[in-house]
Parts: sequence; C-alpha cells; structure tokens
Amino acid sequence: MTLTLVWRSLRHLTRSFDNLLMTVFLPLMILLLFVYVFGGAINTGTAYINYVVPGIVLLCAGYGASQTAVSVTNDMVRGIIDRFRSLPIAGSAVLTGHVAASVARILVSTAIVVGVALGIGFRPSATAAEWFGVLGMLVLFVLAMSWLSVVFGLIARTVEGAGGFSFFVLFLPYVSSAFVPTHTMPAALQFAARNQPMTPIIETTRGLLLGTPIGNSGWLAVAWCVGILVVSYALARYLFERRSSH
Amino acid sequence: MIDTHGIVKTFGRLKALDGVDLHVQQGKVFALLGPNGAGKTTMVRVLSSLMRPDAGTATIAGHDVVRESRKTRSVISLTGQYAAVDELLTGEENLRMMARLRKLSRARARQRASELLEEFELVEARGRPVKNYSGGMKRRLDLALSLVTTPQVLFLDEPTTGLDPRSRLDLWAKVRNLARGGVTVLLTTQYLEEADNLADQVAVLDRGRVVALGTPEELKRLVPGGRIELAFGTEEDLRAAAARVPGLVEELRLSVPTDGSAGEVKRVLDALDGIELAELTVRKPSLDDVFLQLTGGRAA
Ligand SMILES: Nc1ncnc2c1ncn2[C@@H]1O[C@H](COP(=O)(O)OP(=O)(O)O)[C@@H](O)[C@H]1O
Ligand SMILES: [Mg+2]
Repeated sequence: MTLTLVWRSLRHLTRSFDNLLMTVFLPLMILLLFVYVFGGAINTGTAYINYVVPGIVLLCAGYGASQTAVSVTNDMVRGIIDRFRSLPIAGSAVLTGHVAASVARILVSTAIVVGVALGIGFRPSATAAEWFGVLGMLVLFVLAMSWLSVVFGLIARTVEGAGGFSFFVLFLPYVSSAFVPTHTMPAALQFAARNQPMTPIIETTRGLLLGTPIGNSGWLAVAWCVGILVVSYALARYLFERRSSH
Repeated sequence: MIDTHGIVKTFGRLKALDGVDLHVQQGKVFALLGPNGAGKTTMVRVLSSLMRPDAGTATIAGHDVVRESRKTRSVISLTGQYAAVDELLTGEENLRMMARLRKLSRARARQRASELLEEFELVEARGRPVKNYSGGMKRRLDLALSLVTTPQVLFLDEPTTGLDPRSRLDLWAKVRNLARGGVTVLLTTQYLEEADNLADQVAVLDRGRVVALGTPEELKRLVPGGRIELAFGTEEDLRAAAARVPGLVEELRLSVPTDGSAGEVKRVLDALDGIELAELTVRKPSLDDVFLQLTGGRAA
C-alpha cells in the first residue's frame, strides 16, 4: 500500500519541472553563492568552503523537506483525498508516501551538492564510519522536517499558505552557526542562534565531516530531531483524521 | 444493504441532515433526489465513512460506518460530486495505482487498467496527464477508478451533472448493468428524469429531511405536474377537442393532465382524430413541481 503511494509521490516529482529545478538547482546556486561571493569576506579560521558546506547541505535538506507541506495541502484541497480515505487502507499512508518521497529526493539532491562541493575544493576528513554518521543525521533531520512540514501542510488552507512554511524554513539556518560562527552575532541573536535546533545539528554534521569538536551537540541534535519527529508524526495523524472527517 | 436511522449532521447552526432514515436492498438502485443544498453530498459522505454523523446510526452490509469504517470501506466505492483523480498522473497510472491500492497484483493491475481504459473510452488518452483531460473525460476516469474492483455498494454523487446527453445515457446503462450484477447503487441527482429512469426507489430530500419516499411511479402520482398542451387554430376545434378529452381551457389552448408517457399521448391523439391540431407540447413533472407540491409552494 504505502509503496504504491511512495511511487505516486515520486511520480509527481518527475511530472513537475519546477519542483525538479528547485530540488537540484537551488542547492547548487546557494553553494556557489556562498563559496564564491560571500566566501572571501567571511573569516572562520578554516577554509570557508569547509566551514560552509555542512550548513548548505542542511539548508537544502530542510528546504527540500518543507516542500512536503505543499504536496500535502495539494492533496487535501482536491477531491483525491476522499478517494484515498474511502479505501480500506490507513488514510495517513498518503502522508507517509509524501515523506518517503521527500527523503529519497533530498538524498539525491544532497549527493549532487556534495559531489559538486568536492569538485570545487571541499576537503572533508571524515572516515567511512563518520560518513555513515552524517547520513544518519541527515536522514533523521529530513524525517523530522518532513513530518513537521506535513503538519503545516495539514493546517494550511491553501497551497500558497503551505508555500509560506518553506520560506520560514529557508530562513532558519541563517540564524545559526551554518554560515557564520555565532560569536560574531549581536548578543540577543547569539542566544537564539545557540538555542535553536539547527545549530547542534550543523555542529554535529560539521564535526563528523571535518573533525571539529562536537561536544554535547550530538545528543542535542538527535534529541531535537527525535522530539520534532515524534510530536509532528502524532500531530499529523491527529490532524489528518480531524481535517478530513468534517 | 444500506440502513440508516435518524442520521443528523449539523454545520454550526445549519442542520444539513435532520433525522434521515433510509433502507436500500441489495442489487437495487436508490436515488436521493433533491435541489442544491438539500444535504445529498453530506448523506453520501456519512454513508461512505468520510464524515461522522452527529446522531443516528448507519450500516452498510451490516458494518457500522463509524465503528467499523475499515470494514465499511472494503465493501464500498465512491464517486464524489467532484472528480477525485490525481491530476499529475496519467489516466493509466491513476487506474494502476487504484488497482494496487485495492490489492490487485502488479500484472492484474495492469490488465484491469487496460480493460477499464477500453470500457470508458480513454485508450487514446491513457498516457496523458489527467490535468489535460476534458471535464467529461475526468468524470469517466473517476467512475472507472470506482470500478477497479466490483464493490458491493456503489455511491455516485450527482454522476451525470455536467455530462453530455450521450455520456449520460452510457452511464445510465452502466449503472443498470451493475445493479443487474448484484451491486447496490445509491446515487444522488437533481433530475427527476434521472431518478425515474434508473431508480427502484427514490427519496426526495429537502433541507436535510426526507419529504417523500417511494418508487418513481408512486412519487409521480404525488405530483400532478405533467400535462399535454394542445394548441388549436379555431374556437370550434378547441371546443370539439375539449368535449372529447377533459382539460383546462385557456385562450386557444387545452391543457390535459397526464403522466407524460408515450401511451397517454397516443390515447389523447387518437381521441382527437379528425380535429386539426396546431401544436402539441408534453410537459413532464419537473423537480420544481415535486418541490412545489412537497414543500408547499417554496420553489426548488
Ligand atoms: N463542510 C461544510 N461546512 C459547512 N456547511 C456545509 C458543509 N458541507 C455542506 N454544508 C452545508 O450543508 C448543506 C447541505 O449541503 P450538501 O450536502 O452539499 O447539499 P447537496 O449535495 O444536496 O447540494 C448546505 O447548506 C451546505 O452549505
Ligand atoms: Mg452535492
């Protein structure tokens, strides 16, 4: 059942040219922008490309995951959801389908971004085990963000509304250690940047890739992701039943 | 096959359904007839387990639609008022997806999709995304999706609204065929003609209440709206005609009450043999007439 719905969501991706463009080109544009345009002006103590690639990977993963909101709202505002709900399957399998497709899509686009980054001078020091750690962190983060997006997709009344959520997610990494070290920010912003989930997630990824100290970021990152994932998943199931039975 | 008792559904202060009792036997076609806003769609959504009623109970093939929604869903198929198709997929992909969700094997799903594309005249469009389909094509695909596996109970919410006359006749034939094969069909319609043509039983729904229930014949007897209107060239012809068939005289016109059947028209014409007739019009009882009759003068 769920596999059929994953197939459906993946088909949607290939049908929508805009979506494909956003998934692959937006991350590449951001990568090149940061490395070549801002890179010269920001001093982080190491080669800036090494500093910034983990942040960009997560920015793109988060943004990609947030697109799930649009897919979900699209289903909810159209009649198709009634057809799925009148079948003897768990209606929420439609949501799982979107999330699984989102993870697959982001893994592909991340592989492309990392490939290009390696080509233009990104030099990670990660061992095979550390690369697996990065992959695990990424999948966990994408799952959490995708389910969170599903929640927003279920709350949104219009597809445009759901699109607004992506915008918010795109903005979140800027107020973290993704692109500049937090100690360079004004005090109030520093506080926000240090205590939001993106920072430990980015620090963990950076540590695994480059050998910078991770400290307690690792646990914090996993806790944040699992927390968001569990709460979002439960909320999504609840909202789905409620929204579609009225 | 379908049994409901006192179904109530309110939206804020509006009572969309106000105590609906229905009983439909297996293999019968049942029509819910009513104007816009009568509560037809709400009733179908309750019966197909998409919406919980605020009060009352409903069972489909013995399964309670609220407490046993999974079981209910395994015996029903729904074609809603608005096409429930995946616009980004092709027609064939839609059918194959639905077949897989109905637990058909991959090979069987492909085969069933081909059969249905053939049956619903969508073969040429099979590889095109549905968003490029015409309204009629979407409606046909929508119905095909409901028939991927043969349900015990089929719900059709205004299935012919927006269809051209030929497609409407096709659909009527399909519905009759399904019922002959033992499928119980509950359809909603705004057209008395449709209920008349298809249904074994008709319930007239008005503001959430069943205001009349019976066979189409019984219903039409309630509604003396049908008449044959005859126009004549001269007063003499009119008087001669009025002497042979009783009716209402108005200027050079004679209006004869009728059930609108061909037999009645023939009887009237036979009776008027030899009198010159300028014009003949058959007026069937319309839904408006039903509502004028049943709701005491408030138009539909
Ligand atoms: N989800 C809803 N929220 C609020 N009012 C609704 C909702 N669905 C239907 N209604 C109202 O309930 C009444 C019956 O609607 P409906 O069942 O769609 O009628 P029909 O299908 O016979 O045209 C209408 O007045 C409609 O406006
Ligand atoms: Mg309706």
